[in-house]
Amino acid sequence: MHPVLSLIAQRLVLGVLLLFAASVLIFAGTTILPGDVAQQILGQAATPESLANLRAELGLNDPPVTRYFGWLGGVLQGDLGTALTNQRDIAESLGQRLSNTLFLAFWAALISVPLAILLGLTAVRYKDRWPDKLISAVTLASISIPEFLIGYVLMFFVAVQLGWAPSVAMINDSMNFGQKLNAIALPVAVLTLVVLAHMMRMTRAAILNVMQSAYIETAELKGLSTFAVIRKHAFPNAIAPIVNVVMINLAYLVVGVVVIEVVFVYPGMGQYLVDHVSKRDVPVVQACGLIFAAVYIGLNMIADIVSILANPRLRHPK
Amino acid sequence: MTMPLVEVRGLKIGATIYPPGAKPKAIEIVHGIDFDLGPGQVLGLIGESGAGKSTIGLSTMAYGRGGVRITGGTVTINGRDILKANLSELRKLRGGEVTYVSQSAAASFNPAKRIMEQVIEAAVLQGKFSKRDAEQRAVELFGKLGLPDPDKIGNRYPHQVSGGQLQRCMTALALCPEPDLVVFDEPTTALDVTTQIDVLKAIKDAIRDTGVAALYITHDLAVVAQVSDDIMVLRMGDMVEYGSTDQIINAPKEEYTKALVSVRSIQHPEKAPAEPVLSVRGITARYKGLNFDVLKDVTVDLSPGQTLAVVGESGSGKSTLARVITGLLPPSEGEIVFDGRALSPDQPSRSPEDLRELQMIYQMADTAMNPRQTVGTIIGRPLEFYFGLRGEKKRQRINELLDEIEMGKGFIDRYPAELSGGQKQRVCIARALAAKPKLIICDEVTSALDPLVADGILKLLLQLQKIEDVAYLFITHDLATVRAIADSIAVMYQGRVQRYGPKSEVLSPPFDDYTDLLLSSVPEMKLGWLEDVIAHRKMDSAGH
Repeated sequence: MHPVLSLIAQRLVLGVLLLFAASVLIFAGTTILPGDVAQQILGQAATPESLANLRAELGLNDPPVTRYFGWLGGVLQGDLGTALTNQRDIAESLGQRLSNTLFLAFWAALISVPLAILLGLTAVRYKDRWPDKLISAVTLASISIPEFLIGYVLMFFVAVQLGWAPSVAMINDSMNFGQKLNAIALPVAVLTLVVLAHMMRMTRAAILNVMQSAYIETAELKGLSTFAVIRKHAFPNAIAPIVNVVMINLAYLVVGVVVIEVVFVYPGMGQYLVDHVSKRDVPVVQACGLIFAAVYIGLNMIADIVSILANPRLRHPK
Repeated sequence: MTMPLVEVRGLKIGATIYPPGAKPKAIEIVHGIDFDLGPGQVLGLIGESGAGKSTIGLSTMAYGRGGVRITGGTVTINGRDILKANLSELRKLRGGEVTYVSQSAAASFNPAKRIMEQVIEAAVLQGKFSKRDAEQRAVELFGKLGLPDPDKIGNRYPHQVSGGQLQRCMTALALCPEPDLVVFDEPTTALDVTTQIDVLKAIKDAIRDTGVAALYITHDLAVVAQVSDDIMVLRMGDMVEYGSTDQIINAPKEEYTKALVSVRSIQHPEKAPAEPVLSVRGITARYKGLNFDVLKDVTVDLSPGQTLAVVGESGSGKSTLARVITGLLPPSEGEIVFDGRALSPDQPSRSPEDLRELQMIYQMADTAMNPRQTVGTIIGRPLEFYFGLRGEKKRQRINELLDEIEMGKGFIDRYPAELSGGQKQRVCIARALAAKPKLIICDEVTSALDPLVADGILKLLLQLQKIEDVAYLFITHDLATVRAIADSIAVMYQGRVQRYGPKSEVLSPPFDDYTDLLLSSVPEMKLGWLEDVIAHRKMDSAGH
């Protein structure tokens, strides 16, 4: 078998194993949480008998291992269980929320990734001159300010003072595409500012590192312009580290948006999770945790595979 | 005389250096150089490191590495002063009129792109050829340079061809745009000696066939004598001597040139073998993860107070032998007998006495010393560790050792960064001697040094051998070094000992094919040597 294929197969198997381990941790973590779901559902006035009945009904008296495999079996068949608090099918409610979160993440990524790479390339081109310093200063400032603060500041100026976009990013099925985009404009802007700095700085550092190589001198001595040298000779050799940081930031766009969703009252996964954590709705928390873990592991696995494919020594063995 | 292609007058080059803890300082590294080069002529620039030869070579492309700037003089190419040209004119010059071949083709090819794409890039960019014509020309050049399978080799990636082949591809890259001048910057220095000779021949033929002019930069006078019409000898940014190749080689005027021509004049009479201090018996070894043996049934002896030179090309297993003897790589078969006792195959289970009596000196003195320790600390460490010396006694012994390596006590508080390359290697020698060893393994200890400095180190090693009665296992690829210091020689080839015995026997005919190839490939300071040796070879170089 081609060595690249076996390496990729190895990564895939590792990814699945990791996801399995994550599911064990999520289940164990939520099981040892203090608090009692039955108590939570029935309230303080519940009698001991009704509590015992409800626990039996919910299967809370079974040993943890039995419950784990019951849960895992359901998950593998696409059944994430039923929310304890409102008896609704989790997969169904989660599906809508997840697609909203991915919608937001997609637009944020579509703007921030090319922008970060372009800014990184520009910073290298004008290294230690004012464009480089300006890009570094602005992106560093934006990553240093807490994201909720950026959110409220933008909301105040752009939504309240200028009225260009709504301050609350509510979206629903009755809106058309344009309306949806307008609704998420502000959260997308905030997310872009938050993830830009990491990706831009890593792009800059990775390319500068490559620029020390002897083959860059060869390219310069062929009479190539500086930007052509960066684009044609440096960038292809800097892909692996750049893809890695891009993937980590994409994962953040899906998994780490809780604060932004709450600030903008956006109906995504983050809000859904926060709501149900406060109600101790364990099956929902487990389902959300598992999906977040899958996104993280999946994106990092893609980064690994891209790094393998970007290495000519692995792609074209001797 | 017709107008010269290149006319350099009063060339001055400066650089900015950043001494630690002090303000950046501007220094001058080339102090006014003049030379002319006519179409199709080859000028050899020769000198030790720091002579400014690469810097001068790159100035014909108006290019300075790092903080290097051309500060004065004129460089006229095809009738115009390129130092006055703007950036877009320079881009036409670089890669079009003047091209460059660097020392390490392996580092100078972009690992992510196919060879062909890189070879034709400049020719297409400069509008000299269409992509198709450029590819056709590249294939012709590949053939002319003796590359195997010239039609297809361009489709490979740089890591898929050997070092010697890649160096020829680099030459094709430089010749592809039909330049007027090619700067060859140590193009064969990184190659094995038997590969060097083929590449040298290929370059020489290509220069003759294409009628291109060339600047040939090297530190090896014997090499430059084979290819150039004129030679300029440089030292620390000044011209020492400039004349025809014949005059420089056969009738040098300046003392420095004479020293360069007569380098490696050390005479070392061979000693008779005695009861060995080190016996390597039937060693076979392989690295984890490799499916072949790197050493195959290696058996050699080394007498006390003598030198065994282990000579071979890269990949012949000579450094692996050192790893086995020091216990870093336990062998799969065979044993090491040292001073009458069998050594444990792996290093951690050896006694402190075993460790003390067997010391090592490395090729890169730079990386073999902690840059944050002073010379005194570096040499003092084995004194403390093996002999428990402290305070005044230790200081006294360090000073004795510094005297032995001809450096003196002034160096005791210096840091490695304040020493020259030769001084660093001397400190490493003192550190090895501090343990009072019976055997020192010297792994390519002079390879990274300039010839005159290397000579000094070899003389010192021989002198110390007499005083301390220490044996050397001397690993090298350089046969001139071997002739200078060895008592016995082991020639290694593909993991086996190809030829072994006292120096006088190993270096006398009849030779086996490989030893013949190796010996005949060492450049000699003689005009026409290259053609003679190619005509009389029995075997293709090992790289094929």
